[in-house]
Amino acid sequence: MEGGYVDGGVVDGDCPDGDFIRLEGVEKVFEVRTRTGLLRRERRRVRAVDSISFTVARGEMVGYIGPNGAGKSTTIKMLTGILTPSGGRLRVAGIDPSRERTRLAQRIGVVFGQRTTLWWDLPLIDSYRLMHRMYRIPDRRYRENLDRCVELLELESLLDVPVRQLSLGQRMRGDIVAALLHDPQVLYLDEPTIGLDVVSKARVRDFLRELNAERGTTVLLTTHDLQDIEQLCSRVMVIDRGRLMYDGPLAGLHEVGDSERTLVVDLEREMPPIEAPPARVVRVEGPRQWLAFPASESAAPLVAHIAATCPLVDLSVREPDIEAVIARMLHRLEGAADPAPEGAVS
Amino acid sequence: MYEGLRAYGLITAMWIRSTMAYRASFVMTTLGNFAATGLDFVAIMLMFSRIDSLGGYRLPEVAFLYGLSATAFGFADLVLGSMDRLGRRVRDGTLDTLLVRPAPVLAQVAADRFGLRRLGRIVQGVLVLGYAVASLDLAWTPSKVLMVLLALLSGAAIFCAVFVAGAAFQFVAQDASEVQNSFTYGGQTLLQYPPTVFAKELVRGVTFVLPLAFVNWLPALYVLGRPYPLDLPAWLAFAPPLVAAACCALAMLAWRAGLRSYRSTGS
Repeated sequence: MEGGYVDGGVVDGDCPDGDFIRLEGVEKVFEVRTRTGLLRRERRRVRAVDSISFTVARGEMVGYIGPNGAGKSTTIKMLTGILTPSGGRLRVAGIDPSRERTRLAQRIGVVFGQRTTLWWDLPLIDSYRLMHRMYRIPDRRYRENLDRCVELLELESLLDVPVRQLSLGQRMRGDIVAALLHDPQVLYLDEPTIGLDVVSKARVRDFLRELNAERGTTVLLTTHDLQDIEQLCSRVMVIDRGRLMYDGPLAGLHEVGDSERTLVVDLEREMPPIEAPPARVVRVEGPRQWLAFPASESAAPLVAHIAATCPLVDLSVREPDIEAVIARMLHRLEGAADPAPEGAVS
Repeated sequence: MYEGLRAYGLITAMWIRSTMAYRASFVMTTLGNFAATGLDFVAIMLMFSRIDSLGGYRLPEVAFLYGLSATAFGFADLVLGSMDRLGRRVRDGTLDTLLVRPAPVLAQVAADRFGLRRLGRIVQGVLVLGYAVASLDLAWTPSKVLMVLLALLSGAAIFCAVFVAGAAFQFVAQDASEVQNSFTYGGQTLLQYPPTVFAKELVRGVTFVLPLAFVNWLPALYVLGRPYPLDLPAWLAFAPPLVAAACCALAMLAWRAGLRSYRSTGS
């Protein structure tokens, strides 16, 4: 054992809680070879991650989002020590991931939504027993963590089932348990709710929230499901074409993206479109009307105004589709400063 | 090193436990492995029912060559036979899951799906070797006995190095597991026959390029008191441990380079 690791809760002295994860100008450049003729090949340099800097404090839950191929997974791979950065400085819990991969492994938990870290042909419990030994988890700690996770994620009846026979949702929960048995200080989740049904998603989210609140585990998650972010993360980072485009609270993302919420109003009878600035009616269907208003505004005065002036039966507020918000935001930011694309070098 | 052996032990123990949960199946697959690999020797015996000697070697002598190489290869195959799956892991990205665990990747790849049934190959190798030793009319001296043990150990180590180097090559060419197989399983088959039946170029290749000749040919020819191929000096029969050490060192370097390139390219 390489030393340093005493217990899940202990951090090396050289890492202040404020920047538990720290990236300074981190880059990752891939060389892609494409065949352009029978023997001719063109080498192109692709900047998957382009000078990204941010810090994450201990106990934060951060969403890391962006379009496909934006560089999310590449960043996660550098943070876990799988990939070596091409440039910049990177520290997780005071450790340089690419240099001290195995030491870092004791402190991090990783869940890849698309592939399992469990042993496919063996019962779930076999994987956990092996983790117990491989991570040198003290017996009591292992049993406590296992019991707690298994109870919260409702896996008791599945422990003796081979992993390949589990449903996607069950397997995902199984993977989350495996990532947490050794009390990691940081948990990376790469698309943790991909392909899950509504119930499984809710269960996973509840569990993560509780983990963060109770253990103060730092969580960094990438996702396409923006409900994940809404329900879990106080902070989001948006990455596009390898660059960090936004870093801040989710609400701020709405502002940057000029997004709108929708108020759906059911009236007693058909009526002409309601006048209630700054909202505007975008659709009328019999007694039902849709009003769009800026996401940064409160819905309360609007609702009060409508209730006072119209025969109201029911109403609901719809949150904006954040995919659209991100797309809009990226569009606006790119209009301001379009990053020059990397050209062919050979 | 210690961490690697520890992880290897933990993972293989898990697979052995799981294998032993289905004892009947284990016995069947091991017997199958024994029979399938033993057929090679049956073929040689059939050949000798028609001829008296092959390249100047009689059946017990060929059996001696066969037994040495099959046993040495059996050990390497048992320990590292899973390495040829590396290419698939690189292609489908599951290698990443090994890189986030606190154990050397080589140990994890080698121990994955540890197949205890491969004992069948070792058993048939040992049986053939036993038959050869019993039927050879040799004056056994301590140095000859030592030579047999040295040959088995160094031979296993040389084959291990070939397995690891082949896996390292799969970082670059993910479909190369068949190339690797031709060097491991193919090389092993080659060594079952005396060097005199092969062309000089081939013998030169497996002596100086891919040093498989040190697995059994040179030690066996020393024990049998036969002339060496290519007029090699007599002391070379004692070189296998050195050759094995050099091969292992080179294989480790290749493995590290392969893993480093994977971690910088991610593909």
